[in-house]
Amino acid sequence: MMPAWLDRLLCNPWGVHPQDDRKRPAADNPLRHMPMPDRLYLPVQQHLGAPARPVVLVGQRVLKGQLLAEAQGNVSAAIHAPTSGTVAAIGEITAPHASGLPVLAITLAADGRDEWIALDEVADPFALSAEEIARRVAAAGIVGLGGATFPSALKLNVSRRAKIRTLIANGGECEPYLSCDDRLMRDEPEGIVEGLRLIACATGATEICIGIEENKPEAIAAMKHATRGQRDIEIHVLPARYPMGSEKQLIQQVTGIEVPADARPADVGVLVHNVGTALAVARAVRAGRPLIARVLTVAGGAVAAPGNIEVPLGTLVDEVIAFTGGLRREPARLVMGGPMMGTQLPHGRVPVVKGTSGLLALTAEETGVRPSGPCVRCSSCVGACPMGLLPLEMAARIRVGDLDGALALGLKDCLACGCCAWVCPSRIPLVQYFVHAKGDLAGRERDRLRQEATRKMAAARLERLEREAREKAEAAARRKAERARQKAAEAAAAAAAAQTAASEEGVSS
Amino acid sequence: MNRSEDFAPLPVEAPSASPHAHGGARVGRTMALVCLALTPATLFAFWAFGWPAVHLWWITVSGAVFGELFCLKLARRPVKPALGDGSAVLTGWLLALSLPPWAPWWIGVAGGLIATVFAKQVFGGLGQNPFNPAMVARVALLISFPVPMTFWVAPLPMHLAEAPGFVDGLRITLGAVPLPDALASATVLGFAKTELSRGLDLVQAFAAGHAPASPWHGLHAGSLGETSALLILAGGLFLIVKGVIGWHIPLAVLAAIGLPALLFHLIDPGRYLPASSHLLSGATMLGAFFIATDYVTSPNTRLGQILFAVGIGLLTFVIRTWGGYPEGMAFAVLLMNAMTPVIDRYVRPRILGRTAAGKPLEPVGKEA
Repeated sequence: MMPAWLDRLLCNPWGVHPQDDRKRPAADNPLRHMPMPDRLYLPVQQHLGAPARPVVLVGQRVLKGQLLAEAQGNVSAAIHAPTSGTVAAIGEITAPHASGLPVLAITLAADGRDEWIALDEVADPFALSAEEIARRVAAAGIVGLGGATFPSALKLNVSRRAKIRTLIANGGECEPYLSCDDRLMRDEPEGIVEGLRLIACATGATEICIGIEENKPEAIAAMKHATRGQRDIEIHVLPARYPMGSEKQLIQQVTGIEVPADARPADVGVLVHNVGTALAVARAVRAGRPLIARVLTVAGGAVAAPGNIEVPLGTLVDEVIAFTGGLRREPARLVMGGPMMGTQLPHGRVPVVKGTSGLLALTAEETGVRPSGPCVRCSSCVGACPMGLLPLEMAARIRVGDLDGALALGLKDCLACGCCAWVCPSRIPLVQYFVHAKGDLAGRERDRLRQEATRKMAAARLERLEREAREKAEAAARRKAERARQKAAEAAAAAAAAQTAASEEGVSS
Repeated sequence: MNRSEDFAPLPVEAPSASPHAHGGARVGRTMALVCLALTPATLFAFWAFGWPAVHLWWITVSGAVFGELFCLKLARRPVKPALGDGSAVLTGWLLALSLPPWAPWWIGVAGGLIATVFAKQVFGGLGQNPFNPAMVARVALLISFPVPMTFWVAPLPMHLAEAPGFVDGLRITLGAVPLPDALASATVLGFAKTELSRGLDLVQAFAAGHAPASPWHGLHAGSLGETSALLILAGGLFLIVKGVIGWHIPLAVLAAIGLPALLFHLIDPGRYLPASSHLLSGATMLGAFFIATDYVTSPNTRLGQILFAVGIGLLTFVIRTWGGYPEGMAFAVLLMNAMTPVIDRYVRPRILGRTAAGKPLEPVGKEA
């Protein structure tokens, strides 16, 4: 392996450095609260893993915070009612996804009373056992709010079993435009710290690091203030470089540890949680409040009044934008999430879900759409890739359908962070290539598994037929042997009878 | 399951993949910056060699652009984006800088056409050519037309009375007037080669009065691009500051020429030119900053680029010192261009979380 100084000299600092991160003025505007809309649309799949299973019936009255759908299987998360009202429908709605495909959702008609269900509060959450904290997190339906939406309780349990040492709070928020985590760190630093301490209790972590990009001085100050005098919590000011908030990059920056490929952070003794998730954990564990609302950033050149809004989950995107002050002009693209990794929305009539960190109405100038040209092999993408891949070479392979070639170059290690496409002077949609190839590979894997299953079934049938034939033959042989034995017995009996008769005869004679 | 009445399907456009923002880099902007970086050295060379050099420059650029246009039309490919990126202009410009300034017009036309038609478009256009088009053209011209390609003139700055004017310059370029032999001069590298072949000691040869002037101030015989090494250097540094090129390739080329030159000159100054002559004459500066840094024909990784550049530097030194030609930059670039795919195959960045061989790393830091 290369010595570190040579590595530094020869390798670009990964990532991209947008000159203008476009986080302000949204980040500086005070948090606003979205009033409860008349109808909420809650997809049962708002997390990574299996969809939740509805436990309410159409027409049923529910209270705010009541369980609507329960976690199903190991990797899943519960869904709760963001307000009191009636279940109006359980059916398909347009998914908040670029495809615009339908997704199963629970439609809730609000009754305007916003009546809470009885909450299971605890006076001293730190007296709870680790298992109990994880159970309460699971019951609240908390998922990673940074965007990955992995069920948090599962992450806690895995980390506890792996005996992690370091908890890293991800306050990187490296995506341009987004400032919801910044806002939370400024407004509720104590809540975040409490959440982090609860997560540390639930996992046995002995040190807590809070990583914040240097472009958020107010958040850094607020978190420093909230952690003053707490020896085991350290604030790490990170260089503002996308994708600093990506788990592997963040861990390397904060601890210097490189997470091996195909391994989890827990394998190197680290757990990463988003600061927003930490706040949700604090509320769930102390007050028993489920995850029914989140803070998100509404921004983009087409938005009249950008800012951070606390929105009940299930609110339609159009209604959120209308509440902030509407659009200044027709956006070229409506995006859910950040500009680097977010998904384009088919339209604004899709609901806000747990992973919605931002809603961006971008103008044509902002999206920078231009026809793509040929690759000039400038290798900007090679320098920008935070994983050390060769995006231009992978794209060239995928272009000619050589998926194995792309795999050999490390396609599976691609984060789809978009750095390569962001720097590409030829505007080649590199992420599109990689996503497409990963989809094809997944399809190929499915086909392989199906073929495997077919092959196994055919082999099993063959074996069964052979076994049946063998059993039949054995049975026939048994019967034959039986018959032979019977015959022999009969013959012996006859012979014995004849002998007896003869001897009797002899005796008599 | 019923689709909720609120959600009548709306027409959906084909969605775009992320990212939904762009850093603003454009190929055309890169090419424009490179041309801008070449401008001071080019203007100086125009002044030093007068109107024939200006005419040769625009004829060469036109030849390259025409070749590109012709191929695009032939292949029925869109003309505007391909010509608009400025790559053909840059190729012609770089070629013009590597030609003898008073070369006849057909050298420029043939060179421009060779560069864009045979070295670039036949491979599929921008980004597809394995060899640097300007260097392919220069080498093709040098081998095909050795006499006009090695006819160097002494600088005749524009402000002097005896310098040819616009029309006289055009007549020289068009070959309407024969070039007086009196104007002929030798480049530093050419002079050294000739004197060595005559069995003379370089120290004595340069001490004699007829040696070419010191290359430091830039006014000496040579191609347009070698007159002012310092202005080329300034242009190159501008590109590094602008982030258009990295510092790795230029530094490695200069080091790989300069260090062996220094060593051999120390051993035997009579047989080997000093490092300063190697660095400041010939195509060293132009090659290091503008030719070897060509995106298309250089490797992808930093380490690969350094290997590539060291190869160019060493080969240039070897050809200059022991080869049959006084200058070897173009040959060295082409030879290393041929090595680029090989370098790219074996020199790959280490993937995060994996060893250089591609295996996952061993988990660390768990036990502490």
